[in-house]
Parts: sequence; structure tokens; C-alpha cells
Amino acid sequence: MTTTHDGFPATRRLILKGAGAVALIGLGNLPFSLSPAFAAANDKYPEEAFKQKSDADAIKALYGKTAEQSDKVKLDAPEIAENGAVVPISVSSTLPDVTSISILVAENPNALAASYKIPAGTLPSVANRLKMAKTTNVIAVVEAGGKLYSTSKEVKVTVGGCGG
Amino acid sequence: MASTIRVRAISSGETTEVQALIQHPMDSGYVKDAKGDLIPPHFIQQLTFEYDGKNVFLADWGPAVSKDPYVKFSFKGGKKGDDLKISWVDNKGASDTTTAKIQ
Repeated sequence: MTTTHDGFPATRRLILKGAGAVALIGLGNLPFSLSPAFAAANDKYPEEAFKQKSDADAIKALYGKTAEQSDKVKLDAPEIAENGAVVPISVSSTLPDVTSISILVAENPNALAASYKIPAGTLPSVANRLKMAKTTNVIAVVEAGGKLYSTSKEVKVTVGGCGG
Repeated sequence: MASTIRVRAISSGETTEVQALIQHPMDSGYVKDAKGDLIPPHFIQQLTFEYDGKNVFLADWGPAVSKDPYVKFSFKGGKKGDDLKISWVDNKGASDTTTAKIQ
């Protein structure tokens, strides 16, 4: 009886130690398992990315990588926008396997304006209308085959669409 | 109440072109009203287009999208007479859904 009684706490301690080790391993794995999960959860609203002030920070928060300039991203925006509240902007690409298109306005209070998910079978082309606070660069980012490509164009704004 | 979403989806055989216009203030949170008080942000955050049980397009929007937003895209497939389901949800949790027939 006594031997089993002595042995019991020992096994319990072992179990506890074991559990601790499992928890540690779990924590160690977290940074690796997090990034693919982040990319896979593509239906979630990217709150953090929309909060970023600069275009570079927003792209980083959204995709976790930086974009390279590419002439395969086509950005259609007016030279001069008379009304910054409604600026027609469209983005398309000739790149294969496009999964996402985002549009940023560099000097808006928050750079990221819109981000579109392009499932397989949907054409890599989108048109929308955005607000621009002042004359600045509009940046189009296209994610294709897991890589980021971008192009930008300056749009002159005569009347800003963000102030009041 | 009439739907806030107006959609035109036209099939050209191979692809379907979708244009949507939504009634929404899209307040950015940076504009002041007549009294000089800031109008709190109120904007659509997500807009989805569903065809044949699958998402064909998903938009994540910030407050920089213009008032009464407009968006245009195309997807492969889509038959005349089939349904296209469109829904949005805004930052206050309000939402709307409509179904349009592909023409």
C-alpha cells in the first residue's frame, strides 16, 4: 500500500512535467504555425492593415512581405482628380495566379483603401472609386503566385475628399 | 425597405461581368458636420459575391472608399438566369444581402 502511495505523487509530478514540456513545445511552434494560418484565414477583415498610416506598413501588415515594382500591374487613374471624394481607379494585371489586389493612397490618413480577394476563376481586374485627401501617389499591389508586385501613379487632387 | 444594393451581372458566355452600386454613407471619421463635430466612422468593411455556393469576389474596404461605393469585376463562368448573391457588413455590424439574376 505504502509503495503505491509513495509512487503516486511521483507519477503525478512526471505527468505535470510532461504537460509543461508539451506546452513549451506548443509555444515554440506558435510563430511557425501562425504565419500560414494568417494567410489561410483570408475571409477575415484585415483590421490591422487598415489602421496603418503609411503604405509600406499597410502592405506589410496585410501580406507580411514587400512588393517589387512590375510593369505587369496596370493602374488606371486620372492625371487630375477634380473631386477627391470620388476618384475612379481600376487595377488589372497580366500576371498568372493572381490571388489578391489592393489599392493604397499614400498620403491618406490611413494608406490602405481597399483590398480584394481574387479566387481562382475570377479575372485579375477590379474597378472602384476612392477618396483622396490630397495630391499623392496611388499604389496598386497585386499578389500573384505568392509574390507581391506593385505599381504607382501620382494623381493630382484639386479638392480633397477627406477633410471638412 | 428597398435593398441598398444594385447589381448588374451580364454573362457574355465565357465570363460574367458584375457591377455593383451600394447605398452607404461611407463616413471616414475625418469629416465634420455643420456644427463642427466629427462624424464618426461608418463604412462597409466587407462585401462578398457568391455564385454557385462559392465566393467569386471578396472586398475588404476601409473608410477611403467613396460614398455610395461602386465596384466592377468579372469571373469565368456564370450562366444566364443563375443567381448571384451579394452581401455587405459595415463597421457598426449592419448588413444587407440581395440576390441578382445573371443576365
